[in-house]
Amino acid sequence: MTNQSIRTKGMASVCFYFQVHQPTRLRHYTVFDNNINYFDDRKNAEICRKVANKCYLPANRLILDLIRKYDGRFKVAYSVTGVLLEQLEAYSPEVLSTFDALARTGCVEFLAETYYHSLSFLYSRNEFAAQVNKHVQRIQELFGQTPRVFRNTELIYNNDLASLIESMGCFDAVISEGADHILGYRSPNFVYTPKGCNRLRLLLKNYSLSDDIAFRFSNRDWSQWPLTADKFSHWVNRVNGNGFVVNLFMDYETFGEHQWEETGIFDFMRHLPEEILRHPDNNFKTPSEVVKTYQPMGVVDVPHLISWADTERDLSAWLGNAMQSNAIHELYRLEKKIKGSGDQNLINDWRKMQTSDHFYYMCTKYFADGDVHKYFNPYDSPYDSYINFMNILGNLHLRCVKHPPAAPVGQVAQNAELLTVVRQDSPQVDAVAAEIF
Amino acid sequence: MRVFMLGWEFPPFISGGLGTACYGLTKALDEMGVQITFVLPTVVQSKYATHVKLVSHGTHVELASPTMQQSVHTPVKVQQLKNVVFRTISSPLQPYLTANSYQQKIEESISKMQASHGRAGKFAGTLDYSGDMYTEVQRYADLAVRLAANEQFDVIHAHDWMTYPAGAAVARATGKPLVVHVHSTEFDRSGEHVNQMIYDIERMGMHAADRVIAVSYLTRSIVISRYGISGDKVEVVYNGVERNGNSNLLVGNTTIKKDEKIVLFLGRITMQKGPDYFLRAAKKVLEKIDNVRFVMAGSGDMMHRAVEMAAELGIGSKVLFTGFLRGEDVNKIFKMADLYVMPSVSEPFGIAPLEALDNDVPIIISKQSGVSEVITHALKVDFWDVDEIANKIVAVLKYPPLGVTLRSHGNYEVRKLRWKDSAARCAKIYEEALVGAGV
Repeated sequence: MTNQSIRTKGMASVCFYFQVHQPTRLRHYTVFDNNINYFDDRKNAEICRKVANKCYLPANRLILDLIRKYDGRFKVAYSVTGVLLEQLEAYSPEVLSTFDALARTGCVEFLAETYYHSLSFLYSRNEFAAQVNKHVQRIQELFGQTPRVFRNTELIYNNDLASLIESMGCFDAVISEGADHILGYRSPNFVYTPKGCNRLRLLLKNYSLSDDIAFRFSNRDWSQWPLTADKFSHWVNRVNGNGFVVNLFMDYETFGEHQWEETGIFDFMRHLPEEILRHPDNNFKTPSEVVKTYQPMGVVDVPHLISWADTERDLSAWLGNAMQSNAIHELYRLEKKIKGSGDQNLINDWRKMQTSDHFYYMCTKYFADGDVHKYFNPYDSPYDSYINFMNILGNLHLRCVKHPPAAPVGQVAQNAELLTVVRQDSPQVDAVAAEIF
Repeated sequence: MRVFMLGWEFPPFISGGLGTACYGLTKALDEMGVQITFVLPTVVQSKYATHVKLVSHGTHVELASPTMQQSVHTPVKVQQLKNVVFRTISSPLQPYLTANSYQQKIEESISKMQASHGRAGKFAGTLDYSGDMYTEVQRYADLAVRLAANEQFDVIHAHDWMTYPAGAAVARATGKPLVVHVHSTEFDRSGEHVNQMIYDIERMGMHAADRVIAVSYLTRSIVISRYGISGDKVEVVYNGVERNGNSNLLVGNTTIKKDEKIVLFLGRITMQKGPDYFLRAAKKVLEKIDNVRFVMAGSGDMMHRAVEMAAELGIGSKVLFTGFLRGEDVNKIFKMADLYVMPSVSEPFGIAPLEALDNDVPIIISKQSGVSEVITHALKVDFWDVDEIANKIVAVLKYPPLGVTLRSHGNYEVRKLRWKDSAARCAKIYEEALVGAGV
């Protein structure tokens, strides 16, 4: 680690990280259905291709251009979920080639998360570890990189997660939302250490600046509209002396989907590196580089779970009502039976049902107000999504009842291995594991 | 503001949504201080039979059912309506009549009177049974004009087609502006086989009116597209729901076992309400779940057909027909129900689902209904999609959290639908009508 003393006139490192994800959406499934094909392949293909054309391809090409233009001074990070990688392979393989090209520039870092973009951390530490490992492996296979920085689904985070990640022994940092209620007077523009950890570092999203791009960019009622690259770079410059890093974490669909091309979002991004780099003390860094460069400024204590969702920054978007908690409990209750069946198709189907979006669609929080939750919801109502999910779960259940419950030896051994890795610092995990086995 | 209101029944003798809506609206207008002369048709028979007695100036109202057997009438205290004066016009007109059912009704009345008086041809009442329904509607109009001559008012408000000729006639005679309230249209009631005469009357009324009130955007679009009314003349005023609150009722003994789920259909058993879709969905549900009972509470022209259909489908033992329910019986049945289903083919609004939500019963409603415009916390289906109706019924019965969430959100949502707001909108429309008429 470079020895960096604290400067009063510091550098501002801009750290971009883009979340890239699509769920495998379920097809309409009534209680009378008994087809084992649960996923709406046609709709998923359609949406995948649409988003590829509006976002992934043009944005990847833009980032590639910028990397080449600035000769290694422009860097970004991505976290691409396993379920999206599968869909890209099937429906838009050209996107994968652009990600591959990005990987080969050496200026792009890939992060790790749960393969299935799931809430498994909350319900099955075992399953969580398995999904993380699966994701790491896939990233290695596809892009020749081994992720060293971890982000949990929807930036769900607490001290326990940090401890768990540290104990896995293969990560240097974890990412979280820089929520006001955990930071207090402190700024997200520094590296921190999670409470209870020694080696692991914590990078916190600067939600204000991130959301300026991701949400407010095209809002004409916003006092700062229109947001230009040089205006934004001035705000970044103000961080100098008050922080070292500006963590801009957002959904990749910001570029072309949430913010359409007509809003000028691509042009904004095209000019941003130039404006940022105009100031000689500024640079771009990947999350790993940030962690290597800057010493942690303190310890951040997050005893209760937080996320990057809605104004509450909590878990209410996925678990706020009785339907959601019921659905997720019933899902994870099947774990033992599902894994015991040894049927890989069954296991994969069960895992694809874990994607957090399925529960997001059941959210009734703002249903009557017809807001952002509704826009991306393929269902007419949260109730329809719950009914659909539960009907499919019923069929899943039937399928694993058909299989004898004896677990194949290989599976048990693998699970035991994972348990060992995970056991070191977390007594709670023991308790959970004891429950499962 | 003084209103000459051409309305319908008053509780507890309400035969459906029209009466409920008139009552709810009038009560809310009364609370706002709007003065109302409420005109309704009643059947006044000979002094030997029961009679309807209405005491005006609204301190309290005594009502007796014309259908009650005893000659002693039981006064029913309706709550204080300080600003409402009641006027009655002798007429056998009732909501939901068709030409045939009117004839039937007349014939029944005639034979009843013949039986009690033992004479033919001579009646003590002022009723004229010589004509058919349309003649009676016109006669009602003439009588309304005569009644109006002795009343003071600023605007006329007519509810549903049978009162449109009366409204138009009074408007012509007095020069006051007319507001017609479309609670339903022939297209809702009869599908595409509209009765030309009723259609003509509806059209006449809407064109004669200064303002038209529709109970939903669904109805408003029918008014515009099928009746040729200009969009800026038609306003939407949603119905409200009379909140009964959660009274702790003791439910009496029934033949329904306690662990059986109850799926309720409450409404007139007529084509418009989709009773056949209800029964077909019931059959599908019974393929998956056994301990459920389907209750059809109501009566109507398709009642016998429904009973037959249940038998034909082989689900006769699982379907209960209660006949027409009113008053406290309605609340009781809601308290027993696990789910309320309204598979209406074309429902201009639909107050019953709101009453269900008010009683903590989750609802499945047809997308082809006005009420689906105002409620988000309900399960919605296309009325023809029997598989989906069954799917949703099974889901509610099988997955308790679904009902829990629907109930708690729905109950909260329904509180926003108050007659107070409907009345306020009507009052505003009265003002607009006055301005428009240059009064």
